[in-house]
Amino acid sequence: MSPWAIALFQRDLRLSVRVGGSALVGVLFFLAVVTVIPFGVGPDLNLLSRIGPAILWIGALLATLLGLDRLFQADRDDGTLDLMLMAGRPLELVVLIKCLAHWVATGLPLVAAAPLLAVFLNIDPLAMGAVTLTLLVGTPALTLIGAIGAALTVSLRRGGLLLAVLVVPLAIPVLIFGVSSADAAIHDPVPFLTPFLILCALSLIAAVIGPIASAAALRFATD
Amino acid sequence: MAFWDYANPTRFLKLVQVVLPWLTGLCVLAFGAGLYMSFFVAPEDYQQGQTVRIMYIHVPAAWLSMMCYSIMAVSSLGTLVWKHPLADVSAKAAAPIGAAFTFMALVTGSLWGKPMWGTYWVWDARLTSVLVLLIMYLGLMTLWRTMDDPIKAGKAAAVLTLVGALNLPVIKFSVDWWNTLHQPASVMRMDGPTIHLDILWPLLVMAVAFTLLFFVLHLMAMRNEILRRRVRTLRLRAASAAHPRSAVATAQPAE
Repeated sequence: MSPWAIALFQRDLRLSVRVGGSALVGVLFFLAVVTVIPFGVGPDLNLLSRIGPAILWIGALLATLLGLDRLFQADRDDGTLDLMLMAGRPLELVVLIKCLAHWVATGLPLVAAAPLLAVFLNIDPLAMGAVTLTLLVGTPALTLIGAIGAALTVSLRRGGLLLAVLVVPLAIPVLIFGVSSADAAIHDPVPFLTPFLILCALSLIAAVIGPIASAAALRFATD
Repeated sequence: MAFWDYANPTRFLKLVQVVLPWLTGLCVLAFGAGLYMSFFVAPEDYQQGQTVRIMYIHVPAAWLSMMCYSIMAVSSLGTLVWKHPLADVSAKAAAPIGAAFTFMALVTGSLWGKPMWGTYWVWDARLTSVLVLLIMYLGLMTLWRTMDDPIKAGKAAAVLTLVGALNLPVIKFSVDWWNTLHQPASVMRMDGPTIHLDILWPLLVMAVAFTLLFFVLHLMAMRNEILRRRVRTLRLRAASAAHPRSAVATAQPAE
């Protein structure tokens, strides 16, 4: 990695974990979602352990969606985005690095919190490991796909809600394979590796499509 | 190249004026023939009875919902790659029509599903992917509505349309996977080995009628969109002529 990329990564990371950033709000939201679901479906531990992986995945999806509007918005407001556009670096790479920093600040804490929340949902240790692993592999895809929505709505005043509506249909495959590989580890109707490898593939595809499409959208939004 | 000749909106409007009456007439004829065939000529199904006639609306609508997205994807390529001035007009005009066909396919499908499957909605793979398609149409329409500059909105929507076009096969595949994992016995199965010719003919005529209807509506919507943009430009010009100084001031934040 070249020095400018490392510098950009560190800058974004610092901005999101320090005062004014919203890195840890995502984890709190994740906790809130997981806490509120037993009130909705009832405190039956068997049921919770059965739908637990799905709850964790949906919570992670919602928490990711919540933080996405921060990805380009602040940079656009203070003019940094225009500088990045004019700096002559490949914008796709800039977007990828920004997504990476955003994921480390918001996605990785979700993955770290997942085993703890799994205890609340009565998920056994093997499934806990499986869900955490699928979240580790799958949440980057959510961030990268979400970057497209963030780039499209960057010029809007209150784009957060629209962003979620645009991103959710695109995130459905990630959700399906995330939950089904976690389920496969528990009930094994299919080998764990099959859906898990597809999930990895989806993340890799998102790492290609996401930056290209977001860079295109950012160029059109600013010119 | 003929394709480029119609980049000029005025020339395109002239063409629409010539083509539209013929197309409308053909569409009415095709619908007359198709509806007559599907209601009076086509036989009842031995199992489904009269409800089989829903299929003559349902299947063409479902086909058209997919064709409409393909046309939007091609138009988006036209916007981003060839910068064809009418491409984003075409994409914008197609979105509500596509959403309407998708909605029609879902509604007729569930009306058929109630007597046949005993429920209005099943989380079947095919139903789910059509529902996702509807959400994508609605999201695209919302994106268009949120930006006041039509050129910029067109480009943003084009990016999203193309990403959606890449994603739709993935969504279809993943939903198939998801469904077969949970529900191995497929509900969606054609009764009988193949479609009989008595049923196939009305279906094909209805498909042609629906396709013609799509093109009629699409051309009308494109014409309206061009006129709407002209009205907008005229209004902007009139406003800037009335208040020359404030127009300069507002030109900045509108970017």
